[in-house]
Amino acid sequence: MKKLLLAASAASLLAGSWLAPAQAEYLKEHRGGTIRLLARSAAGTLDPHINYTDQGWQMYQPIYDGLVAFRKAEGVEGFSIVPDLAEAPPTVSNDGKTFTFKLRKGIKFSNGQDLGVKDVVASFQRIFKVSGPTSGTFYAGIVGADKCLADTKSCTLEGGVVADEAAGTITLNLTKPDAEILYKLALPHAVILPADTPTEDMGSKPIPSTGPYMISAFDPNKGMTVSRNPNFKQWSEEAQPDGYPDVVQYDFGLSEEAAVTAIQNGEADWMFDALPSDRLGELGSKSMDQLHISPLSAWWYAPLNTRVAPFDNEKARQAVAYAVDRNTLVKLFGGKVLASPVCQVLPPDFPGHEDYCPFTKNPGAKWSAPDVDKAKQLVEESGTKGQKVTIIVEDTAISRSIGVYLQSVLTTIGYVADVKPISSNLQFTYIQNTNNKVQMSVTQWYKDYPAASDFLNILFSCASFREGSDASINISGFCDKDIDAEMQKALDLGVTDQKAADKLWAAIDKQVTDKAPAVGLFTPKRLDFVSKRVGNFKFNPQFNWIITQSWVQ
Amino acid sequence: MSSQVAAMPRKTRGPWAVAFAKLATDRAAMASLAVFLIIVLACFSAPLYAKWAGTDPFASTLDAVIQVDGADVPVMEQSTEGLGLGYTPIGPTWRLGNYFLGADSQGRDVMARLLFGGLNSLLIAGAATIFTLIFGTLAGLIAGYFGGITDTVLSRLLDVLWAFPIYLLAISLSIVTIAQGIAIGPIEIQSGSLWLPIIIIGIVYIPYVARPIRGQVLALRHSEFVLAAINLGVPGWRILLRDILPNITTTLIVFVPLMMALNMLTESALSFLSIGVQPPAASWGTIIQDGQALLYTRPLVALVPGLAIAVSVMALNVFGDGLRDALDPRSKVRLGRD
Repeated sequence: MKKLLLAASAASLLAGSWLAPAQAEYLKEHRGGTIRLLARSAAGTLDPHINYTDQGWQMYQPIYDGLVAFRKAEGVEGFSIVPDLAEAPPTVSNDGKTFTFKLRKGIKFSNGQDLGVKDVVASFQRIFKVSGPTSGTFYAGIVGADKCLADTKSCTLEGGVVADEAAGTITLNLTKPDAEILYKLALPHAVILPADTPTEDMGSKPIPSTGPYMISAFDPNKGMTVSRNPNFKQWSEEAQPDGYPDVVQYDFGLSEEAAVTAIQNGEADWMFDALPSDRLGELGSKSMDQLHISPLSAWWYAPLNTRVAPFDNEKARQAVAYAVDRNTLVKLFGGKVLASPVCQVLPPDFPGHEDYCPFTKNPGAKWSAPDVDKAKQLVEESGTKGQKVTIIVEDTAISRSIGVYLQSVLTTIGYVADVKPISSNLQFTYIQNTNNKVQMSVTQWYKDYPAASDFLNILFSCASFREGSDASINISGFCDKDIDAEMQKALDLGVTDQKAADKLWAAIDKQVTDKAPAVGLFTPKRLDFVSKRVGNFKFNPQFNWIITQSWVQ
Repeated sequence: MSSQVAAMPRKTRGPWAVAFAKLATDRAAMASLAVFLIIVLACFSAPLYAKWAGTDPFASTLDAVIQVDGADVPVMEQSTEGLGLGYTPIGPTWRLGNYFLGADSQGRDVMARLLFGGLNSLLIAGAATIFTLIFGTLAGLIAGYFGGITDTVLSRLLDVLWAFPIYLLAISLSIVTIAQGIAIGPIEIQSGSLWLPIIIIGIVYIPYVARPIRGQVLALRHSEFVLAAINLGVPGWRILLRDILPNITTTLIVFVPLMMALNMLTESALSFLSIGVQPPAASWGTIIQDGQALLYTRPLVALVPGLAIAVSVMALNVFGDGLRDALDPRSKVRLGRD
């Protein structure tokens, strides 16, 4: 019988050595007040089963809970999974295909209803009933999910999510072992909502929650008010700690420039949007103590369409990878403090990452300088010199700048290039659809959860490519059967031996990088600007700043 | 004696000479014309300026270093204080040929881009004006002269076009064509071509020209000399070309500067929204867009092209008013919807 390590690894994750701060003392001293946040616009629907934005996911952290959660901690600890509404780590059986959770007792929703196993079953069904954006990917491995995907309205997940009312347990059955299932269950798309929540997108209507806070008012054009959940009693400091401010007031509509000024003047405490580039110098010198720079598991890259000339030619793709000066791109993004040059797919300090850069002068572990001569030689060899290339970028200052720079690089190595900025609302879907025959584009990928597959398998597997679809996240159209088989092997290996799987992912990262279906540009960092009164700033690598763990008084 | 003098034929000036003499006395109009011609000349000298300055206004030069007062100065200056965040492009050196107005966020010479941008803005506005006048006049002549079902169909088509807010229509057409260009039968226009904004701007303003022209042609159609020509069996096309067109020429001339001003504004707006001139090419609208991200540190990048648009449009409007007063003082031609 195959040795099952998943249970052991889950348990070790859950019983980590993370030490809690003296939260009780701090709470006495700093509890209360209103923390004021700003964003240019709302994050879309309030429905946590549907919202798929960084902004939404960050805000849900002190509001909603799943059976498990990412630990509300800084650094690598923040990537670990802890039991949340489940009282302990799941019991894993049936060769890693069955997970049994025991639900905590005494938890109430913000509307006063008791949390019960029926809410858990209904919530899993709801993921499919509302056609959640990840229902067909993250949760497709649950028994009965195929029927739910085919007919969302009559979804029962029969045999997939089984509740035992008397024992207070929920059993999750999978069609095959999934090493990443706990990560997926810790995402906002799998939070537990009251069983009677309508099975439709709730839009601007807040849904009752179990966390220390609840959404008490929301106007997508004005703002959101998040206040304390009167029924909350802290059950796990690691999973869902009580917060410091009494109210989180999130206002929408101010431009980035105005938001910076508001924070400088103490009229607001934080802004979601990126700081305007022309304020960086001033803020970096005058407001150093209000700035927090944190690493992100993200990738800015330029997908090259492997199915359309000239980048259906591997040498042509490699030529671009050799020619791009990552230092210039880092400069465009704000400098080395805010970004690092990169050649490969997996971001630094990410599972499976091993430094690798073949497309540089002196190839090796790190990028050093562009090799334009080599690039020109490869273009000659590929026979694609003089071909026309159009780069599609988002209509934002930074993307436009990168597009214009890449256009000049392509021109230098022998292509006739132009750049098209199109609306940010359209660009991401436009570049995915093969009907648009996009040759090259500029985009970003931020991890959903800390697993190599979330980059390599999602962005470059054959299954991620869908002809003529706006949802073909394999933008390069890259499909290599051998690499695909290796990825499947790594996914299977992860169930029993995550370390060995990560080694394999590192090898896959190198293979994909060598084929150059996309040009890695840089790894960005997150720059948070807070007001002077914000204390105890903590950055979680999974969901960014832990808003309610900061105090304002 | 006096009767003999009175009987001598006097040399009278023609209507064109009278009009231009009148225009020449209009100081505001002539000053505006001079300002506009200076702008045009400056813009057409853009390639020469770039060559003289040794700069490529379309290539990123983020690592460039220039000499200012004998010292080496990087075009993109990194902040050296505190955390050392961000890069700021060099500001104006006020030395012609050496980043006179400073650099933009790609390290490009703003002065050179301003001149090239003006060239594109003028070319697009000029070509779109010609496009509008040709098709607007044609539609107005046909609808006004032939009347009946032809007039009804053409007028309704113009009404449909007229019903859309100009900028909304222009933006919609631009978005549809921006990535793929236009391919209708043998006619193919690439997505980055300047012909796209020219055609789009030209189309959306056709009703502005066609409707007043139609009105004038309708009036002329019932005038005695046209009725006489019809009764004499003169072909319609000949009446249109020989009798009616010359009578609307002054109106068309008055339209030129006014349409040009409108087209410049529209082109700038579209380019500002990234749906007109495409990077790395420049127009005054794209330079303002580039400068938007530098408003706090390098406001001139956005302000100067904005000023150039304002001065050009004002000059064209003032000259257009003077031209209208000189050529057709009774004319009620005003651009706009009321």
